[in-house]
Amino acid sequence: MRALRVGADALLVEVASGEEARALHAELLRRRAEGALTVRELVPAARTVLLDGLRDPARLAAELAAAEVPPAPPPSGAAVEIPVRYDGPDLADVAALWGVTPTAAAGIHADTEFTVAFCGFAPGFGYLTGLPERYDVPRRATPRTAVPAGSVALAGPYTGVYPTASPGGWQLIGRTDAVLWDHARVPAALLSPGTRVRFVAVGPS
Amino acid sequence: MTDRALVVVRAGALTTVQDRGRPGHAHLGVPRSGALDGPAAALVNRLVGNPPGAAVLETTLDGCALRPRAPVTIAVGGAPCPVRVDGRPVAWAAPVRVPADALLEVGAPTRGVRGYVAVSGGIAVEPVLGSRSTDLLSGLGPPALTNGTVLPLGRPGAPHARVDVAPQPAPPAELILRVTVGPRDDWFTPAALRVLTTRAYRVSPAANRIGLRTEGPVLERAVGGELPSEGMVLGAVQVPPDGRPVVFLADHPTTGGYPVIAVVHPSDLPAAAQAAPGTPIRFVRMSDRAGR
Repeated sequence: MRALRVGADALLVEVASGEEARALHAELLRRRAEGALTVRELVPAARTVLLDGLRDPARLAAELAAAEVPPAPPPSGAAVEIPVRYDGPDLADVAALWGVTPTAAAGIHADTEFTVAFCGFAPGFGYLTGLPERYDVPRRATPRTAVPAGSVALAGPYTGVYPTASPGGWQLIGRTDAVLWDHARVPAALLSPGTRVRFVAVGPS
Repeated sequence: MTDRALVVVRAGALTTVQDRGRPGHAHLGVPRSGALDGPAAALVNRLVGNPPGAAVLETTLDGCALRPRAPVTIAVGGAPCPVRVDGRPVAWAAPVRVPADALLEVGAPTRGVRGYVAVSGGIAVEPVLGSRSTDLLSGLGPPALTNGTVLPLGRPGAPHARVDVAPQPAPPAELILRVTVGPRDDWFTPAALRVLTTRAYRVSPAANRIGLRTEGPVLERAVGGELPSEGMVLGAVQVPPDGRPVVFLADHPTTGGYPVIAVVHPSDLPAAAQAAPGTPIRFVRMSDRAGR
């Protein structure tokens, strides 16, 4: 574990894996809930956790260097179910990369339990992990200028759902009507770090 | 009957509603947003008797024109500009009474970029996650103003300040950005760090609320490949593949995959909001101790 100084009042704590980042994030959330840590933003990512708005980053850096971080507790709470029509324009390409039929590729995806590793890119966009490493896929060589809202997509080790229409380079395997972000709803985000997710295949509409 | 609302007669190039933003939601992908020149927004609020966090209008490059439906007190600050009520010049950076249905014109800045217009009672659009700020990156908060938009106003609180003019820092002729190095300076050659902190940069015309884009010498990477996405802070100097540093401002993405070579001290960012395209920039290295 390495704590890097970020400007005047932030730390970027780097760990060896996504699993360790999840464990560190859980530990920091626990400390904050106990009142032992005062921090404005706690942002988990692929292999880091950013702590922004710290009073004494140097002291926390020294303390974290010596800290034992317990493994992340198993995700609690029911999994969020996201209904998907597996008919995305890149499903055949993804299936070819995996060496299976498009139907089998959809089955692999729907049989996987995912966890939101971190969020970013847009409000409500979660980077979901759960697929074994052999199913990693590259981004598209040329990003699309318009990806429709609700697109279920893959890139690298991650699955994500586009909350709104935007440009994007991920491989589109399906589409959902689930609302990823609604600021009139509490909470506004359907997915937040640590949320368990299952994709449920539904027939063509 | 009076109606506490403000009609947008001329929206200008980019006028948005801004307050102190929505910090605390970065883990959901929500930028902090908020007025780019925070001290200017707080000052105009104080001049009209609003609390410092009341929502104001932030104009960009060419001001705006507004017609209140009720008598209000307004104050215009930030970039210096002509201000008129029904065609007559009135004070800038001071409280001004505007009668109902009069036309308030906020002109193009004589220097600087962003003007701030506070109206007694504040702009009372519906808050999203505790803030009324327009976030251009993710589309949260009210959209940028268009001609004909009608904005609700809150109830006025305290009486306005009794001042003729309030001093404000002038927009910078040269933008000095003090930086602390890291967290990813080791992704660059030692020469790149020297280039950043000794050579001249300029504000690019592509600068916006998301980032202050720069023109100048390219920063050379020592490490190739992609950095896994990581959390980003306000003031981060991120270096995309073209090698030209971008300073992250209020609407910056919360995570990113390009390395951050240094971070600008937060007290230097309000000046960045007022630096017009072409303004020279100097990145000055702070000692690590001074960065705290």
